[in-house]
Amino acid sequence: MTSSPHPLRPNALSLRIPEPKARPGEKLDFGNLRLSAAGEVARPPVDIDHTEIRDLAYRLIRVLDDDDRALGPWAPGLSVEALKRGLRSMMLTRAFDERMYRAQRQGKTSFYMKCRGEEAVAVAQAEALSPDDMCFPTYRQQGLLIARGYPLLEMMNQVLSNEQDPLKGRQLPVLYSAREFGFFSISGNLGTQFSQAVGWAMASAFKNDRRVASAWIGDGSTAEGDFHHALTFASVYRAPAILNVVNNQWAISSFHGIAGDNDSPFASRATGYGLPALRVDGNDFLAVYAATRWAVDRARANLGATLIEHVTYRAEGHSTSDDPSQYRPVEEAAGWPLGDPVARLSRHLIAIGEWSDDAHAALEKELVELVRATARQSEAIGTLATGSKPSVREMFEDVFKEMPWHIREQRQELGI
Amino acid sequence: MATMNMIQALNSAMDVLLTRDPNVLIFGEDVGFFGGVFRATEGLQKKHGLERCFDTPIAEAGLIGISVGMAAYGLRPIVEIQFADYIYPAYDQIVSEVARLRYRSAGQFTAPITIRSPYGGGIFGGQTHSQSVEALFTHVAGLKVVIPSNPYDAKGLLIASVEEDDPVVFLEPKRIYNGPFDGHHDRPVSPWSKHPASEVPDGHYRVPLGKAAVAREGSDVTVLAYGTMVHVVLAAVEEAGVDAEVIDLRTLWPVDIEAITGSVRKTGRCVIVHEATRTSGFGAELSALVQERCFYHLEAPILRVAGWDTPYPHAFEWEYFPGPARVAAALKRTMEA
Repeated sequence: MTSSPHPLRPNALSLRIPEPKARPGEKLDFGNLRLSAAGEVARPPVDIDHTEIRDLAYRLIRVLDDDDRALGPWAPGLSVEALKRGLRSMMLTRAFDERMYRAQRQGKTSFYMKCRGEEAVAVAQAEALSPDDMCFPTYRQQGLLIARGYPLLEMMNQVLSNEQDPLKGRQLPVLYSAREFGFFSISGNLGTQFSQAVGWAMASAFKNDRRVASAWIGDGSTAEGDFHHALTFASVYRAPAILNVVNNQWAISSFHGIAGDNDSPFASRATGYGLPALRVDGNDFLAVYAATRWAVDRARANLGATLIEHVTYRAEGHSTSDDPSQYRPVEEAAGWPLGDPVARLSRHLIAIGEWSDDAHAALEKELVELVRATARQSEAIGTLATGSKPSVREMFEDVFKEMPWHIREQRQELGI
Repeated sequence: MATMNMIQALNSAMDVLLTRDPNVLIFGEDVGFFGGVFRATEGLQKKHGLERCFDTPIAEAGLIGISVGMAAYGLRPIVEIQFADYIYPAYDQIVSEVARLRYRSAGQFTAPITIRSPYGGGIFGGQTHSQSVEALFTHVAGLKVVIPSNPYDAKGLLIASVEEDDPVVFLEPKRIYNGPFDGHHDRPVSPWSKHPASEVPDGHYRVPLGKAAVAREGSDVTVLAYGTMVHVVLAAVEEAGVDAEVIDLRTLWPVDIEAITGSVRKTGRCVIVHEATRTSGFGAELSALVQERCFYHLEAPILRVAGWDTPYPHAFEWEYFPGPARVAAALKRTMEA
């Protein structure tokens, strides 16, 4: 009991307002984190009845152990080539983030959001999905675009809102859209993509297609109605969808408990909807890949959706607009018990004799240089600061397929 | 050619659409086996198959959410919201997603979604089965808003809406589903079969969006109306003995501005009639447009006849509903001004 009774009323009710274990200046405490040992959780066949694996919502699927070995039934047996590809995409995502963050600080754009610490969620999932499976991401899955080979230059042009911005200056930086890469237009109002993904998956089933949809949502946004709608529709219509909760512990300054996982993990939400759930170490590239692959195989076998909770940590601020030291201990990121996804995969490759610290450092240098060269190219086209943005005519286009009279008049009113 | 009421005409439109385009599908609460609470989708599931016309959970935001994903896949969904009064939970998905998808993705993704919903009063539906929600959607960039007033237009406008590559909010005046109600609630309503607009072609045809119709030609005053109020206005015009020109807007947005300005410049007077609450109603926009474009032709102030600025009251249906007496009084006032 945590009640704090009224001094004069010993039996009075009291209202719980959940607070994280540690705020700035307080001792780190990850005591609430439910962990399982690497290799410990059983891997059921993909066609298992969801009622037989309810415990997986409360366990934590982990493959990499503290000695960087891949253990247990979830070890996916990925080729060294695939592991190196994943490592490269994660490192490239990180280098990209660093550069764009700096560009924002230098006034070249208005806004940026990093995904540091969460790279494995997007990159390992891109590896587990087919290139033509459809992604309905949040703003923190830029790793999907990078892993799928979307041009860095296009991403930068979007972030800098320059003349070549593929979204024509209309969208906030990082709210990418890339139809050719199976990447749905990101919305800034959280959660809407979750039910949309289920609709896409329903359409794929309706057309007797083979493709599946994958959606991402943050721990905070699981409280939105869209989350409930997605799970309801996915369950009712057995939609071939992968429903990912990226539990990075923080929704801006609100800890995950405010979204409702004080007493029950997000993965367990699936149980009441009749959906299977997997709770996975989101900083373990191999575990994320294996869990996603299980869900993809199940969906493609027409067995419906799976909810996956990725337990990870948002190692940076929510965006360039907040300072995390104001609401959580600065040491928390470094102390996160599940470590860093890039370092863990790199150490695993070293442990199996396929990689080295020197190779890692060389790759990092190469990627930083690639990002720097591309950024120079993008900045030469223009930045938000230089004002070389798309034609202001674009402001009036695409509201409708054909421009109606009132928008044409308003464009003329602006003098263009 | 067949004689149809509005429900039959809408049903026929959806039958034609399902037959012609394998990417069209219909879903909503109770629309499948039962055919909808107003029976607009009756028989469509049986004829076209379970997955072409199916029931959904009671989750309007979910309905619109999945329709966005389906549209992104390449389908052309028709979503029924059982009553317009129930559309509010879906407002975020409609405003932030459906309406803006083409714009924010620079045309990569579009939302050719038609949201059908019965709206309006006159049925003793109380607060949650009577509201007129059109201004909530005409205010949103990226949406088209359509309201038919008779069976012929209902079918042709619905086909045009579904075949449109932009999203359409298609509001159906439920009071006139079965007959052209003129606001005289104490008199028997004549069925659609006695009205020429109940002659509806069996096959495919479109009534173009963005084009108003002249429901009555006249020279004294222009009346702008849509939905049920077209019939109320026509009755009021006869009772007031005024030679009014009655414009049935049919598409509220983008509105047929030429039809409006052409008529007002001819008559020099304008009365705007809608069931929705007056303040910030669509009539306010119409009034502003007429004032901006026809000021020097106006011989009298523009008048609005609208629902009162109260929630829709159950027992006061006819005190609330802007019936022919109120419209006729406004017509006389504008002529005397």
